[in-house]
This record gives sequence, C-alpha cells and structure tokens, in this order.
Amino acid sequence: MIEFTTWDILRNLLLAARWTVVLSLVSFAGGGLLGAAILVLRIGRGRWGRRLAKGYVELFQGTPLLMQLFLAFFGLALFGIDVPAWLAAGLALILWTASFLAEIWRGCVEAIARGQWEASASLGMGYFQQMRWVILPQALKIAVPPTVGFSVQVVKGTALTSIIGFVELSKAGTIVTNATFQPFTVYGFVALIYFALCFPLSQASRILERKLNVAHRNH
Amino acid sequence: MSLIEITEVKKRFGDNEVLKGINIDVAPGEVIAIIGKSGSGKSTLLRCINGLETIDEGSIQVAGAQLLPDEVHLKALRLKVGMIFQSFNLFPHHTVGGNVMLSQMVVKKTPKAEAEAMARRMLDRVGLLHKFDAYPDELSGGQQQRVAIARALAMQPMALLCDEITSALDPELVQEVLAVVKELAREGMTLLMVTHEMRFARDVCSRVVFMHQGRVHEIGPPEEVFGAPKTAELRQFLGV
Repeated sequence: MIEFTTWDILRNLLLAARWTVVLSLVSFAGGGLLGAAILVLRIGRGRWGRRLAKGYVELFQGTPLLMQLFLAFFGLALFGIDVPAWLAAGLALILWTASFLAEIWRGCVEAIARGQWEASASLGMGYFQQMRWVILPQALKIAVPPTVGFSVQVVKGTALTSIIGFVELSKAGTIVTNATFQPFTVYGFVALIYFALCFPLSQASRILERKLNVAHRNH
Repeated sequence: MSLIEITEVKKRFGDNEVLKGINIDVAPGEVIAIIGKSGSGKSTLLRCINGLETIDEGSIQVAGAQLLPDEVHLKALRLKVGMIFQSFNLFPHHTVGGNVMLSQMVVKKTPKAEAEAMARRMLDRVGLLHKFDAYPDELSGGQQQRVAIARALAMQPMALLCDEITSALDPELVQEVLAVVKELAREGMTLLMVTHEMRFARDVCSRVVFMHQGRVHEIGPPEEVFGAPKTAELRQFLGV
C-alpha cells in the first residue's frame, strides 16, 4: 500500500482548488454581466421585459442549483448535445448567479428615494439620463457590500459541480479520500481551503459596508 | 395672455377623485399661494402641472407647452416650469455646485464652463456661493432648500412650483428660504406655491387659491381671501 504524506494530500487539494477559483471567477463575472442585463429588463419600462426578467429570477431562485446542474449536464445530453462537465458547470452557475445578482441590484435601485426620481424628472431628465446620472451612481454604492457578500455563495456553490464530475476542490477531496482512506484529514483540509477563500470575501463585504456607510454619507 | 392655463383638470387615484375640475389661469409674474387642508388636492394639483402625476381629464399648458404623458412633451413642459420639493431632494452624490450644474449639462447639453458660471451666479443669488464645493449633507435644511432653488433656477424656467418648501424646516430656518422666494417674486418670477405660511401668502402673493375637497373653493387677492372669506369652509380653515 502506498503511503501518502500530509503534503501530498494538501498539494493535490490546492491544485484542484485552482479550478474552484476559476469557476467562481467565471460564474461571478458571467453572472454579473447577465445579471445586469436582467436588471435592465426588470426595472425597465417594458411590461414584457419586466415579466420575462421576473420569471427568470423566480425560475432560477426557485429551483435547487443541483437540479440546474443536472439539467445542464444530463438534460442537454438527451437532445444529443454533448456537454462537457466544465461547460455545464460554468453555464449553470452563471445562470444561477445572474438570477441572484439581478435581484440584489434591483433592491439597491429601488432603495433610492422616490424624491431623487422626481427631482431629476422635474429638471427635465429622461429615464436613461435619470438612471445614468442620478439613480445608478447612488445604487452602485449600496450594491457593493451585498454583491461582495454574495460572492461567498458563488464560491460555495461551485462545490455542487463535483456531482457532475467537474474536478474542483470538493471532487478532488472525494478522489483523494478514496485513495488515502483518510476522510477526516482530507475533508478537514477541504473545509479549511473553502474557508480561506470565503473568509476574506465576507470580511471585505463587512468592511466595505462600514466604509460606504460612515454616518450615512453618500459621496 | 396666461402663462399657465389649467382647464377642467380632473384626477383620480382609483375611486378617489382628488381633483374635480380645476380651472386656474396664471399670468406672467403672478405669485399664487395655494392653501387648504391636507387631502384637499393642492399638492396633487402642483404635481400635475409638472407632469409628476398624469391627469385623467382636462388640460394643462405652460407657455404653449401642453402636458402630455410622453417623454418629449414632458421634457418641453419641464424646461418651462421648475419645481421645489418639501424634502429638498438634492443629489447626495454631487457637490452643491454639481447639483446645480448636472441638469444643465445633461438636459441642455450646456458646456461645463458655462454651466459652472451659471451655477455660481445662481448660488450667489441664494447666498450660498461659498458652499459650492460642499456636499448636501454638510448643509442645514434651509441651505439645502436654497440650493434646490438655485438648481431649479439654473434651468431658467418661466415659472416655479413650490410644494410646501418650508414644511420640513426647523422654524428658525424658514425665514431664510422665504426671503429667497420673496426676492424671486420681486424680480418678477411666476410662482405657484402650496404653503402653510399664511403671513407670507398675505404679504407676497398676488392671489390666493383656497382648495377644498378637490375644488377651487375661493380665489382672489389676499386681502379678500384672508380679510373677507366668503365661505364657511374657508373661515373655518383660517380659524376666524
């Protein structure tokens, strides 16, 4: 029987953690772009756009991420489309992230006092000018802490992709456990690595919240 | 020739008819106070003139610009008539100067240097030029409201609507804002103000409108409205 040192275990886990990081970044960036597009529809003036965006958000928030992953991976295969695990994982996470970010940001836009809309309207600004110059600059500031906070959920969400065979941190944990028969050590490390990724993010969110909110200063 | 023509304006919120056929014509340079109990429709009327509320029937015209619900007509109307709010509504992410410059640059595409010069003139007019680089939350309520007036004036409107502009202010700050409004009136600006400052209405206004249950109940020069109220409702409102 081959002996595995602690360093062997940790090294393999860290190598796999790179994919957790990459997948998180891709999901967050892609989800952010798509989320922004959904936000535009959601707060826009087209009734059908609003409905579509609302439906999207409810669909992806109302079903487990795991089901979405299954559908992306096995579901598309049923139609003869062969989807590699990394693509299914990235796609599902992007769609899922977008639904949450769109909703978080909608809340931020709606948190801007009605008076700001009225004052800018009374000065002759059109909808897009109001958005561009008055509403979004203020909403953006409120949006930073919850957005950074949500990135923690994205990092943890990537763990689910192990189930469709994408080798990231969790999947690597399972593989290494099967080889070493040391589940406690291995999953202990896995948990620590996740914590090391998430803790700075949640800390950053907290600090940003305090910084952007000092005595309710808005500038 | 009237500057503002309000003709048979009706407005409903659901089943509740808040304006039941309003007719008021305002001549250029007139200063009009709208008084009445809360719920009498006075704020709603003011908001309709600026297109912040749509109207169900009737028409509103300001210097030839008709109130219609599309963005092009609304913009044309709003360039002719500015509005000051009870809650100031300054843009908190801009400096005082930025507040006065923003809409000039965005809406009128005025070059920055020109917009800044205009902002300085207008802030000087309300006595706040020295606050050009301050942010709104560094100002007192009275100062914020004066900035809001400067911001509206910088768009060079033909008339100003003032919606209870001193109601959110501490008593000692009311006078500084009223002094600015009085100065505007003296310079010939057309003003329509919803107000609870009866003494100010009596001293400064050319006409007083008393609204009651969505109608213009009495209208006339202040001596008449305050001195010899004709209806029981107005007498009760004035407490005489």
